[in-house]
Amino acid sequence: MFFRVQVILNGEQQTLSEGLTIAGLIDHLGLNQRRIAVEVNREIVACGQYAVRALANGDQVEIVHFVGGG
Amino acid sequence: MTDPFELAGKTYQSRLIVGTGKYRDFAETKRAVEASGAQIVTVAVRRVNITERGKENLLDYLDPARYTILPNTAGCYTAEDAIRTARLAREAGVGNLLKLEVIGDQQTLFPDVPATIEAARVLVKEGFAVLPYITDDPIAATRLQEIGCAAVMPLAAPIGSGLGIRNPYNIRIILQQSRVPVIVDAGVGTASDAAVAMELGCDAVLMNTAIAGAKDPILMAEAMRQGVEAGRKAFLAGRIPRKLYATASSPLDGLLQ
Repeated sequence: MFFRVQVILNGEQQTLSEGLTIAGLIDHLGLNQRRIAVEVNREIVACGQYAVRALANGDQVEIVHFVGGG
Repeated sequence: MTDPFELAGKTYQSRLIVGTGKYRDFAETKRAVEASGAQIVTVAVRRVNITERGKENLLDYLDPARYTILPNTAGCYTAEDAIRTARLAREAGVGNLLKLEVIGDQQTLFPDVPATIEAARVLVKEGFAVLPYITDDPIAATRLQEIGCAAVMPLAAPIGSGLGIRNPYNIRIILQQSRVPVIVDAGVGTASDAAVAMELGCDAVLMNTAIAGAKDPILMAEAMRQGVEAGRKAFLAGRIPRKLYATASSPLDGLLQ
């Protein structure tokens, strides 16, 4: 049986597999780890932690990147 | 002629800094940046689109090994939001340079100067090379310089307005008082506006809409490059004084009698 966790990812409710790491999530979203930054519960997660930090129920996750701007 | 522009410990040949917003697509952004000759480009920090997988990234088109990437805090209305955005930008791995914007009002997009100073204090301590967007206010420029900002960036006119330099006298006062580079940021409309900024003695000009919003952005990018270069050369050359009456260009001696 699979367990699920509920997180808010970039403002949207998402259901993810329990134990999914940030690295796993980034991979799932098809993003390049080197071109993004991640915050969990308003704290920046260093990229060295992506592979070990598992997402927990209720986490608020923000993933940002650079877009065109002045 | 070598006339390098030094900013936060790095040397550049180009004195034109360009934004990357409002282009049709990344390919056009890249062509406009190339035509501008800019070596520093600004970018914004935004949430990734989680529903569109594998979408192209701006930095796939603007190689950070070739360009200095200058993230901004555009869209932030508080010091706290600007600080948060700055930290995320640095985490995304393009260095310490930061265009600090704390906007005070939606209609004018004028900066909230006290909040900008508050955010600059925190970010300078955290090791950012802070380039604050400010009104053309010599006191604000002095305060930000004292805090340790790497440059000051007074606006020419409201962002995207294309009005050109509204208060050249304030810009001149800022220039006289500044020990850090002065970069005119925002409000430039066309190449002559960029030239005016450089003729005043500004170290560089930053613009986005004037290029991206032109009918032919690539041609305007080239025009801006030349406007900045012409203005800089005219500044270095030293213009003649303005006089009310004529001074003949041809000799008065040897005229036919």
